[in-house]
Amino acid sequence: MKQWFLHLGLLLLSMSVVNAETVFVTLEKDNALAIVDPIKGELLKTVTIGQRPRGIILSADNKHLFVATSDDDTIKIIDSETLKEVGELPSGEDPETFALSPTGDRLYVSNEDDNLVTVIDVVAKKVIKLIKVGVEPEGIAVSPDNNWAVSASETTNMIHWINTKTLEIVENTLVDPRPRAAHFTADSQQLWVTSEIAGTLMILDVATKKIIKNISLAIQGVSRDKILPVGVVIDKQGRYGYVAMGSANRVAVINAKTFEVEKFLLVGQRVWNLAFSPDQKRLYTTNGMSNDMSIIDLASHKVTKSIGVGRFPWGIVAKP
Amino acid sequence: MIGLHFWRVMWGITHRELLRFLKQKERFVSALVRPLIWLFVFAAGFRAALGLAIIPPYETYILYEVYIAPGLIGMIQLFNGMQSSLSMVYDREMGSMRILMVCPLPRWFLLVCKLMAGTVVSILQVYVFLVIAWFYDIQAPEIGYLLIFPALLLSGLMLGALGLLLSSFIKQLENFAGVMNFVIFPMFFMSTALYPLWKIKESSLLLYNLALYNPFSQAVELIRFAWYGQFNPHAFIYTLVAFIIFMFTAILGYNPSKGMMMRKGGR
Repeated sequence: MKQWFLHLGLLLLSMSVVNAETVFVTLEKDNALAIVDPIKGELLKTVTIGQRPRGIILSADNKHLFVATSDDDTIKIIDSETLKEVGELPSGEDPETFALSPTGDRLYVSNEDDNLVTVIDVVAKKVIKLIKVGVEPEGIAVSPDNNWAVSASETTNMIHWINTKTLEIVENTLVDPRPRAAHFTADSQQLWVTSEIAGTLMILDVATKKIIKNISLAIQGVSRDKILPVGVVIDKQGRYGYVAMGSANRVAVINAKTFEVEKFLLVGQRVWNLAFSPDQKRLYTTNGMSNDMSIIDLASHKVTKSIGVGRFPWGIVAKP
Repeated sequence: MIGLHFWRVMWGITHRELLRFLKQKERFVSALVRPLIWLFVFAAGFRAALGLAIIPPYETYILYEVYIAPGLIGMIQLFNGMQSSLSMVYDREMGSMRILMVCPLPRWFLLVCKLMAGTVVSILQVYVFLVIAWFYDIQAPEIGYLLIFPALLLSGLMLGALGLLLSSFIKQLENFAGVMNFVIFPMFFMSTALYPLWKIKESSLLLYNLALYNPFSQAVELIRFAWYGQFNPHAFIYTLVAFIIFMFTAILGYNPSKGMMMRKGGR
């Protein structure tokens, strides 16, 4: 009987661990971090974090959050449990977006004002290299096979391919105007890039570094000037990609096999960045102008809830 | 035995009303076409009109067509309630009501039967509308399709009772146009069927108050919440009280010794 209770207790404990999930949202205007329970659909609390927090990433072991506090010119390391600051990384001026290598030891940071990509050793907390890229670098991504880091220059309209072994740019690809975000497929075969001005999503072949498909993201009934694609993510199974459509207030659902736009899902105003839940059953969006985040159920492709989080939500990440 | 009598009359009237509805294919089609035109044409033009606030029972941003769908369900029931009253006037003019009224059962019961029959017809129409809306990507949680039934029953009874009450005032069929202009249109437009209360308040406080106290608004909200699996106690009580008042007055109205019929010459 005692053993039975023990088993039941362990089962309940494991269930609660499985269900536990926390979403962290940076609030650009509140200088804070919002902590959300996405299962209950509740804002748990908000903690002050630094000046103008934007990009946010979870460390490979899920123990730390890296948060770019742009006006402090640094990337802060926050303990993901206690939410206390435990260190800083030398990011260079005005850090906004950055990407973590799959091994979790390097951070690639876009320095928009200096036209640089700063490569940081996360463990040593030191800059390894400054790589000169095009004008106004913004989107940045590292391939899951850890061979490539790419930087998208908003004004030069280019994707710069950085070899992660040599940390040199080996090739550039001209893309549609104002490329904003980039994301690799899980097999590292494709790179998806959004163009804010052209309102397009470009699929690049990693082997040839050429655009193999250019998808126009027009929405019936929404004026062209509001179609401003920004954040892009692709699920691990390679079934769907999702694009945050900016002022069009929608998330585009793109079939990753056929490259057809299957649906546009209505979310809050000026949807900016996207993050999957750890089990990839949900997608979270930050809606900058309506000060909330939306939760999308990926099985049904329906927006289930929008939760007020604070002023100007920007970056988002989910911790298991 | 008495119970069997009551049941037989209830079934007879409901069956007649259903048959009448199903056989009149034009009525069936037109009952659906009206809300569908509102949905496909009117709502399409206002897709982004609502703006920002998320209001219960919705938990996220919705398109305008999603918002007005419960209002259009209310519209189906409102028109049906009035149509039933029209058929009462018709029955009275044709003389078939006399046959019904000589039935040895209380008059109020006959009126309730008539009301129930009309409500069943309206619920049938609503479910067909819900199926079409489903394919138009206006979908609620599965449980909502079950929970909407009692809400539809109450709202249908309330609007039907209002129709009955009105029919006790109308002497001739021709007067129904007045009902259209002075009851249906104001009730529909001055309600939460087309716009939420906060939006109406932005333009006019008077309109806001009219919409707030309009029983049709409360019926629409009852339907809206139930469809999304939630219970709106305020709307429920308001609709229930409105139903009781309308029904009681209608029964009085149909009482030859006291009611309006007497004053109108007892036809």
